[in-house]
Amino acid sequence: MSHTELDRNSPTQYPLSMRLMHWGMAALIIALLIVGLSMVASLQTWQPTLLTWHKAFGVLAAILVIARLINRVRHQQPQLPSSLPKWQQLAARGSHVLLYTLMILMPVSGYLMQSAAGRSVYLFADIWLPPALAPNLTLYAVFRELHAYSALVLVGVISVHALAALHHGFVRRDGVLKSMLFK
Amino acid sequence: MSQRRSFSAMNYALIGLALVGLLLIWLTLLGVFGRQHVSAQTFVDFQQGDEPHLGFRRAHAKGVCVAGEFVSSGALADYSTAELLQQGVTPMLGRFSIGGGNPTAPDLTSPVRSFAFSLDAGANQQWRSAMNTPPVMAVATPDAFFAQLNALAPNPHTGERDGEKIAAFFAAHPETQAFRQWSASYQPSASFAQENFHSINAFYLVNADGKQQAVRWHLKANTEAMPGIEQPSSVADNPYAQSEQANDALGLEIADRIRERPVVFDLVFTFADPSDDASDPTVAWPSSRRHVIAGQIVIERVVDSPSVCDAVNFDPLILPTGMRPSEDAILRARSAAYAESYRRRAREQIFHHSDTTP
Repeated sequence: MSHTELDRNSPTQYPLSMRLMHWGMAALIIALLIVGLSMVASLQTWQPTLLTWHKAFGVLAAILVIARLINRVRHQQPQLPSSLPKWQQLAARGSHVLLYTLMILMPVSGYLMQSAAGRSVYLFADIWLPPALAPNLTLYAVFRELHAYSALVLVGVISVHALAALHHGFVRRDGVLKSMLFK
Repeated sequence: MSQRRSFSAMNYALIGLALVGLLLIWLTLLGVFGRQHVSAQTFVDFQQGDEPHLGFRRAHAKGVCVAGEFVSSGALADYSTAELLQQGVTPMLGRFSIGGGNPTAPDLTSPVRSFAFSLDAGANQQWRSAMNTPPVMAVATPDAFFAQLNALAPNPHTGERDGEKIAAFFAAHPETQAFRQWSASYQPSASFAQENFHSINAFYLVNADGKQQAVRWHLKANTEAMPGIEQPSSVADNPYAQSEQANDALGLEIADRIRERPVVFDLVFTFADPSDDASDPTVAWPSSRRHVIAGQIVIERVVDSPSVCDAVNFDPLILPTGMRPSEDAILRARSAAYAESYRRRAREQIFHHSDTTP
């Protein structure tokens, strides 16, 4: 089977819903990371407001990633060009699995660390997410560190993901970047 | 081939924005922003020094965990929608402590004594407060506070404080006046039960109409529940002061006292006038300001398992609906530093073995 046949059978672009979710979540996750990294150090008086938003939008990100996974299995996706070296194909697949794992791990560890500290998560209006655990310092440590180190790994994987996308778009020019872009 | 065509302007914008976002993440991660200011980590690093007491709070490491309730009179019901300020009873977890990061420091020589509480009116209606004996802060900003800590710190080699450095700091910071006045007049008493514990920072009560009232609060011994408590005393009057257990004199005394009968404090709110600046913790509000007793903090028992209080971060920004923080910069700094200390001691529970006493 030649790769031209393969290309003809699979779409060249991600469906619009997947592209919108990709870029929407990219903006959300980048904002959550910047706020998260800043609020644990900076002493500015507006930081507590950002902290509240970080938690509420973290819950939104959790809901979106579930919707995104459901949407993903419902659609056929463009395949990587068969000219791409095997290791790069594996790296692409592996990094996508890692991205989704981290996108789930981040909000879950964030929620559980709040729970272990005896805190509810404020969402909006008068709506709160109650804690899932009784206060427990050891569990707090586990989820607090998981949240922090997952964030660092996420920054690394997103960086590699972006560099790889640029490589596809501007060096290889193989349509992979374009499959996630708009007209 | 379509992929040979260059990208549209919109796509370039999308790619550009994503890259700017990514760059911002890295710059934040590398601490490029706010480098000229102190951070939560700077404070906690300073507090713990070169040899941190692993597993302990970096400030107020030594304390006694207690429990009881807050009996609200409902006197503030018109000023705040907070459930726990309506008439009724809310369970309370509390902790008496002395200042400093040393969990085995001698009680009676500590310059600061504290009481912190966590009132639990349901998971999203908690009120936590960490109150100290001084009614005001010496300074109003985290940067100045860090300078103060440095000026007051003893020389690591000689163990002596540098009088010249301290004098220079106070000269450069006239806002320290109220704190110095208090400091000069303060006489430590024989018991935690005889101290006044102050919120220091101001907060807002918010009522059903959305009207805000700036307040501070303090705890003051309730003389009806503890007759004679108002008699002045000094550290020498503590029953353990001359004993072999003098090191833990305050903790032992308060535990004995609670076992005998509940220790009761009035929770006294002070209402600011429009002329008072709620964001400035260095200025004492005149004693003529309106005072309202919100109810009593009733301490009924000593909690023997240290893990109960260890699990709690007495973050002063944890407030119920109907209470709001002021714009006081120190308040945010306290919250951030407590969170960093909480993270470190939590992590050390897993990765290091530490003494669980006291």
